[in-house]
Amino acid sequence: MKQFNKKNFGWLIFIAAIYILIQVGTATGIINAFYEITLMTILINVILATGLNLIIGFSGQFSLGHAGFMAIGAYCTGVISIKYPTVLGLMGGLLLGIAIASLVALLVGIPTLRLKGDYLAIATLGVAEIIRIVILNMNDITNGAAGLSGIPFIANWQITFAFIVISLIVIMNYIKSSPGRATISIREDEIAAESMGINTTKYKIIAFVLGAASAAIAGGLHASYFSVIRPADFTFMKSVDILIIVVFGGLGSMTGSVVAAIVLGILNVYLQPFGQLRMIIYSVALVAIMVFRPSGLLGTKEFTISGLLDRKSKKKSMKEGEAE
Amino acid sequence: MEAFLQQLINGLSLGSIYALIALGYTMVYGIIKLINFAHGDIYMVGAFVGYTAINTLHLSFFPALILSMVFCAILGVAIERIAYKPLRNATRVAALITAIGMSYLLQNGMIYLVGSETRAFPQVIKNKVYEFAGLQVSQTQIMIFATTIILMLALQLIVQKTKMGKAMRAVSTDADAARLMGINVDNVISFTFALGSSLAGAAGVLVGLYYNSIEPMMGYAPGLKAFIAAVLGGIGIIPGAMFGGFAIGIIETLVSGYGGSLIKDAVVYLILIIILIFKPSGLLGKNVKEKV
Repeated sequence: MKQFNKKNFGWLIFIAAIYILIQVGTATGIINAFYEITLMTILINVILATGLNLIIGFSGQFSLGHAGFMAIGAYCTGVISIKYPTVLGLMGGLLLGIAIASLVALLVGIPTLRLKGDYLAIATLGVAEIIRIVILNMNDITNGAAGLSGIPFIANWQITFAFIVISLIVIMNYIKSSPGRATISIREDEIAAESMGINTTKYKIIAFVLGAASAAIAGGLHASYFSVIRPADFTFMKSVDILIIVVFGGLGSMTGSVVAAIVLGILNVYLQPFGQLRMIIYSVALVAIMVFRPSGLLGTKEFTISGLLDRKSKKKSMKEGEAE
Repeated sequence: MEAFLQQLINGLSLGSIYALIALGYTMVYGIIKLINFAHGDIYMVGAFVGYTAINTLHLSFFPALILSMVFCAILGVAIERIAYKPLRNATRVAALITAIGMSYLLQNGMIYLVGSETRAFPQVIKNKVYEFAGLQVSQTQIMIFATTIILMLALQLIVQKTKMGKAMRAVSTDADAARLMGINVDNVISFTFALGSSLAGAAGVLVGLYYNSIEPMMGYAPGLKAFIAAVLGGIGIIPGAMFGGFAIGIIETLVSGYGGSLIKDAVVYLILIIILIFKPSGLLGKNVKEKV
């Protein structure tokens, strides 16, 4: 297949346009130092949410342990880049984080992903708590409850943006591949998928490991940008924060996760003065969305360049997709 | 040996609190197959109601306990009616997310109302310590243990001997068949929430008394551990929750008593994962084959 077709070219322009937009924003001072923190939070949340959406929205496995994998990435990057405060150190830390998080996800996933729905949720929650307690007790490396501080500031929004692009390309291509369709079939009906000869545990584990790896990247970038990390940053609450983004955007829509991360990030700035009321609004909204619109803002819809280029053919293919 | 027995006594009082919370989890799960994440926070609300009743209304221990149980029962039913009932036919993940949302709402609502600082729970029971054979048992511990046993016996009586209890058992076995037999399933579910939540409310007051401090986030960790207790004993099985509660309480105090206080939570989670992998139906549960 031709790699430089109209679709990919469209995406390239789209990505470049957003990059230039942010660049202009920071250069002219519209995005000042305060808004840059918001921007970084949004960008990191995009990586977290898309990774979690792959696990929950596409493979249909309910994981509540995303913060644990984020913690692994954050601490690996923190420890390595304090020793080697260069871009290379950051990359090394991220790679180590990805490796360890994937390994942990694999080890945990093989036995637990055989569990159904809510049992899996509790098991992953337990795993995340165990990760946090282990970090808390490795005083020599992680400095215990006080956490790591003075992590060199290396990750900027450009690097984070690059990682979003990379992780989205990997995840979107995975979803559209044959294993990706097998993964979606598990979400739709696990027993039917199994009877069609799909090795359900294998595809669940692949989705779980991919999600964990992307969480590790996000954690590493978080550590490098905010320069202070504590075990208390990666509790169950953090997992729920990410879950809220995924649910708002729609389980099974990567576009939704991206949009929700942006919208909630901007909303956060305006709701800041309300303090605790903000969390109440979030929790009420979470319940309300589940009661009135369980599929989230975008359901399983995706924004595509080919859809923009040719709406008619998109409609046709969607109808066919529904008929399946 | 003495130290071991002392830890065992402490474990029993902690375990009875876990058991009270675990009963609510297990009953709700048994009847609508939902992990009621908000259950731990109902327990927190119970502690605050008890605090208000004793501090502001100047009630003594037992009236405060009963007031807290009644309030939590109403709260539990309200949550069920507003948040869970519309989702009865939705996916399990949707229901679970709603439960997490409710839990979040209760926590943050309470922080909004009373602030996030820790408060001292009024000590309404004289903290007399009895000693025999070198073992120390405080009056609070005896009180907790006795209240728990009485409440458990009452629960067993309701579930086994009353008409409503029979209906509960019928709905948990097969909700559709129960409906066909003329049982009002919605009422039975609400009743289950009321029972479970009132036990959590009682546990909240007892724990306030035992640890002498309450705060809006206190429901999270005991809620999870109580859920683990329910899974350990076999979720959906009432004696299983009691057994699991005591077991988790004793394991936790033993681990922290022998120098592992920093890893006691990790040990409990590890037990959960091991149980889920080797016997997901719990120690007292039977394996059920999945049907298409």
